[in-house]
Amino acid sequence: MKKVFSAFLAIIMVMSAAVSAFAYSEADGYTTKVENEEYYKKFYGQGIEINVCNWGEYLANDSVNFVDVNKDFEELTGIKVNYTLFSTNEELYAKLRAGGTNYDIIVPSDYMIGRMIDEGMLEKLDFGNIPNYENVDETYKNMNFDPNNEYSVPLFWGVVGIIYNKSMVDEADLTGWDILWNEKYSGNMLMFSNSRDAFALSLMDLGYSFNTTNPDELAEAAEHLKEQKPLVQAYVMDEIYDKMEGGEAAVAPYYNGDAVLMMDVNEDLDFYLPDETSIFIDSMCIPKGASNKEAAELYINYMCEATVAAANSYYVGYSTPIHAAYELLDEELQESEIAYPDAEMLSELDSFLTLPEDTNRIIDGYWTEIMANSASVWVYIAILGALAAGAVAAVFVRKNIKRKRMDY
Amino acid sequence: MKFLSKFYVAIIYLFLYLPIAVLIVFSFNDTKSRTVFTGFTLKWYEKLFTNDVILSALFNTLLVAVVAGVFAVILGTFAAIGINAMNSRLKSILLNVSYLPIINPDIITGVSLMLLFLFLKVKLGYTTLILAHITFNVPIVIFNVLPKLRQMDKNVYNAALDLGCNPGQAFKKVVLPEIMPGIAAGFLLSVTYSFDDFVVSYFTSGPTSQTLSVVIYSMVRLKVSPEINALSTIMFAVVLFILLLVNVIEVKKEKYETKMMEGEN
Repeated sequence: MKKVFSAFLAIIMVMSAAVSAFAYSEADGYTTKVENEEYYKKFYGQGIEINVCNWGEYLANDSVNFVDVNKDFEELTGIKVNYTLFSTNEELYAKLRAGGTNYDIIVPSDYMIGRMIDEGMLEKLDFGNIPNYENVDETYKNMNFDPNNEYSVPLFWGVVGIIYNKSMVDEADLTGWDILWNEKYSGNMLMFSNSRDAFALSLMDLGYSFNTTNPDELAEAAEHLKEQKPLVQAYVMDEIYDKMEGGEAAVAPYYNGDAVLMMDVNEDLDFYLPDETSIFIDSMCIPKGASNKEAAELYINYMCEATVAAANSYYVGYSTPIHAAYELLDEELQESEIAYPDAEMLSELDSFLTLPEDTNRIIDGYWTEIMANSASVWVYIAILGALAAGAVAAVFVRKNIKRKRMDY
Repeated sequence: MKFLSKFYVAIIYLFLYLPIAVLIVFSFNDTKSRTVFTGFTLKWYEKLFTNDVILSALFNTLLVAVVAGVFAVILGTFAAIGINAMNSRLKSILLNVSYLPIINPDIITGVSLMLLFLFLKVKLGYTTLILAHITFNVPIVIFNVLPKLRQMDKNVYNAALDLGCNPGQAFKKVVLPEIMPGIAAGFLLSVTYSFDDFVVSYFTSGPTSQTLSVVIYSMVRLKVSPEINALSTIMFAVVLFILLLVNVIEVKKEKYETKMMEGEN
């Protein structure tokens, strides 16, 4: 016993020694230094707090080896940041709708911003308090979800493309979304497991808009997805990382920011961006009922500082919409066609819009149909059958035990 | 047959510990991958100790667990004493009522608490989070303290009164030491439950008070960071360490006691 204990202690000591000796410096040169420090002092010493709700892992927060954006903001402005996280747009929407919370900053994506604007859940921003808005690249202004730039300031963006394994895919086949319908890759293909993204790909391959509400086009897209189904190895979301990194699949649709991360792990992976695709933008907004709107706008302004945005983008791995920040990035990252594809093409792209209830219902109906016409129904039946058999067996066993007890 | 039983045990333990082993191995992985081991590193451990989001969530979790545990122990112990003193019919009714929150799915507890807080116009935050945790911890304490009360000889308490204690003193000097193991077990279980809880925390935490489980959940979009693996590894090591320590102390104590006994003989 003693031996085990001392061995254990020894391991812990070695580990902690190694950790402290291992002072890696990952990203020198990134700071959060801002030019106009005086501007940020207007609330200094007033004990103001703001509540920020952001995606997980969506801000640089390594105070020792890199920069901690929130902490630096607190030091600079004297405003305390209460930072919490959410994981889906729908979750954020539900939180705001339920009430009982008072967020000052939220970071929904495009289509959710559109919906929140429609339902009057967002405050109009006072751009007089956000002078750095001029740092935002024109490409990411006037988007279809906020056409007059009244409610949102972009934080990160990305595009959907195709991640493929160079050792398994003939690059001549990369002619558009049709590679996802190419029988050559039958069984080696992954696909989005949520209806909206899957339908968007199918609609684009057919040459329709992914924001379409035309029932005929949707029916055609559904038929197209059914044709694809026998070729698909699995419908996934973030399991895509494991499968692509492990070389278990050859092609999969996903976002460019994630592709960069995956390519770090598996050198065989590459990213292909079809001409026709969708862009997503996660933007900072102020919900109705925010208690410190002006302080929140100061925070948004801070996020648009070139230095801050560059540090954030480097840390998170997603692309920044701040032009001046892009100029501060490593050359390697600047020249990456995956992280920053051709600007001209980008400006043509649309993002998802909130669809009317009817259209959502149609899509969901088709999606259930597509998912169901296969083994999954039989799996449920098998499980139910097994449960029933188990229950019957249990009853018999109990009866037997009882009988045996009676015998004694 | 012997082989089979050994095989069975091996499979069971593999089943229990393989996931933890994988988690620990990938806390040392050079990249964020969960499938390909690309090289050994300790950077996730270092990053963990500089990541304010995770650390403050850990602090929140510990704070909520301990505060809720203490309150639950106080409330639960007195409730148990009260229930124990009741007549059997009332007792069985109350016992069933206290079982309900334990059997109830967490999601119902969570949503109903959230709705209650919203109805009362309480802003979600630390207060609501701790209140919610106390709510699901109280029954746990009750059911740990009650058996100890039942085992206790009632006459001891009466004897204390006869010997001049007032009820308060009698409770402090006689009842409390007697039921202490139950209270301690209740407290530890409460802390464990609080620490584990995701569903209730998810619905009752506000803009200032997210717990570790909620933070980890919100990382799924950009993939859970290996820092979480590192944190889990450390927590596992700490728990293992405490278990070993307790065992060592107990073994020592036993040895000491048998020695004393032998000495007496």
